[in-house]
Amino acid sequence: MVSNEMTLQLKEKVENLINAKFPNALISTSLEYDFPVFELDKSQFLEVMTFLKNDSQANFGFLTTLCGLHFPENGDKEFGMMYQLHNLNSNERIRIKVFMPKEDMKINSLTQLWPTANWMERQEYDFFGFKFIGHPNLVRILNMDEMNYFPMRKEYPLEDGSRDDKNDKMFGR
Amino acid sequence: MNKQEEFNQTSNSEKVYNIINLGPTHPATHGIFQNILKMDGEIIMEAEPTVGYIHRAFEKLAEHRPYNQVTPITDRLNYCSSPINNMGWHMTVEKLIGCEVPKRAQYMRVIIMELSRISDHVICTTIIGQDTGATTGFLYFFQMREKIYEIFEEICGARLTTNIGRIGGMERDFNETVWKKLDIFLKEFPEFLSEFQRLIERNRIFMDRTIDCGPISAEKALAYGFTGPNLRAAGVDYDVRVAMPYSSYEDFEFKIPIGQNGDTYDRFMVRIEEMWESISIIKQAIEKMPEGPIHADVPEFYLPDKEDVYSKMEALIYHFKIVMGETDVPKGEVYHSVEGGNGELGFYLVSDGGRTPFRLHFRRPCFIYYQAYPEMIVNGLLSDAILTLSSLNVIAGELDA
Repeated sequence: MVSNEMTLQLKEKVENLINAKFPNALISTSLEYDFPVFELDKSQFLEVMTFLKNDSQANFGFLTTLCGLHFPENGDKEFGMMYQLHNLNSNERIRIKVFMPKEDMKINSLTQLWPTANWMERQEYDFFGFKFIGHPNLVRILNMDEMNYFPMRKEYPLEDGSRDDKNDKMFGR
Repeated sequence: MNKQEEFNQTSNSEKVYNIINLGPTHPATHGIFQNILKMDGEIIMEAEPTVGYIHRAFEKLAEHRPYNQVTPITDRLNYCSSPINNMGWHMTVEKLIGCEVPKRAQYMRVIIMELSRISDHVICTTIIGQDTGATTGFLYFFQMREKIYEIFEEICGARLTTNIGRIGGMERDFNETVWKKLDIFLKEFPEFLSEFQRLIERNRIFMDRTIDCGPISAEKALAYGFTGPNLRAAGVDYDVRVAMPYSSYEDFEFKIPIGQNGDTYDRFMVRIEEMWESISIIKQAIEKMPEGPIHADVPEFYLPDKEDVYSKMEALIYHFKIVMGETDVPKGEVYHSVEGGNGELGFYLVSDGGRTPFRLHFRRPCFIYYQAYPEMIVNGLLSDAILTLSSLNVIAGELDA
């Protein structure tokens, strides 16, 4: 089990590492259960991730997962990407977050750092419409190619609104 | 223009390649996978996988369901070991609401999870045997999966899509029949497993077919996000049960078997060894099984006893709220991962305090490591590609979510 103190220490350690190298990159930090969370500035995102991967002290060499987030009422921070990194040697995990407005959903791709980001980013493009700069093959992956919207955004209902063969008048939902 | 025509047009060299479609419903792929292969004779030059044939929008679906109704969705991720997915989800919610599950329930969960790990590995290893031409394993050793499903049936009433356990503990204690069946299973299984090993492990044909078939190095495997037996076959000893122990795994003694070359033979052997370890964990759990309650005291999440519902006001209210999905949870975001049959199965849950998850993301090991598949099979034979696919144990349900 990861104790609270260890998480706190890890948070401070990574915070200091990032601040020493990139003084303006860190927007905020927090603790979410057993995870230290770092919110990064989008302009320096790729540099910081490269640093976190390659630096001998940080050494977060394993990209566990990434996923998109959509908070419709967050104004300039409407869309976000969440990344989880894992240092397998010391068994430390951190979460990185980057937020962006709806008009500018471009973010650097991590495919050159981790090949595994390829499909994961395609998936988030497929569901949210993030544009990953530098991605080798940014096309839909799970949904059909003809789909013309990004279904995981909060404004889209669970069922496809464009269908007229489902008449719920009689039964209601 | 479909992909196949596109492929045909782009190859303008004089040499003519064959384009073949492996899948989507090819009997040898054991699931719905399409791979468009560019073949030079029998050698694969290029491969392009297409996924998403059974995509069921689980992440969207989960945003519209109360917490206890998300469990049946997790059943359908890796349907070869659904109890592990169920437990992973329960533990994620328990972490969010800060609920400590009693030891007895944790040990019961360990038994169930290890049983399903065995059934997952039985499927994978016998299918590797099947694809190399050894039908015996598939027909003979596969009975063991049936025995495991009988135990699940006795515990929760279902066999494949189990919906086992509840948020806060287990739905009921193991009854007499479960203990009896477990005893019989623990007696029978090692005999079957060692017989299967004697049959396959040192078999000349099997070794020739699987050694150096679809290898991946440790660095590549890590870069591609491999976890679970496939990563361990490449020589990295990462196991969530040890790295981030959950459900009292720290109480048990077990080894993490690792391979060296990351080829099909190593993946097969790692899974065989893991079955032995699982058996040992189950035995330890039965031996150490503590007495006590089987669920935590979280009335707003755990369904009350039926007698109480009919006789007590509070129980009736909680029952109504749970069934109607009206229970609120704390705000926050939580990530919890368990060692699934194929690797680290993670749940990233964002809660805004409402009745349903605000956002739920599944880290699905199959989806993540399947993207290395083209690289693993290029410059190999078609028959090796089939074998590589079955040894990776890619499950379509988990791949497509």
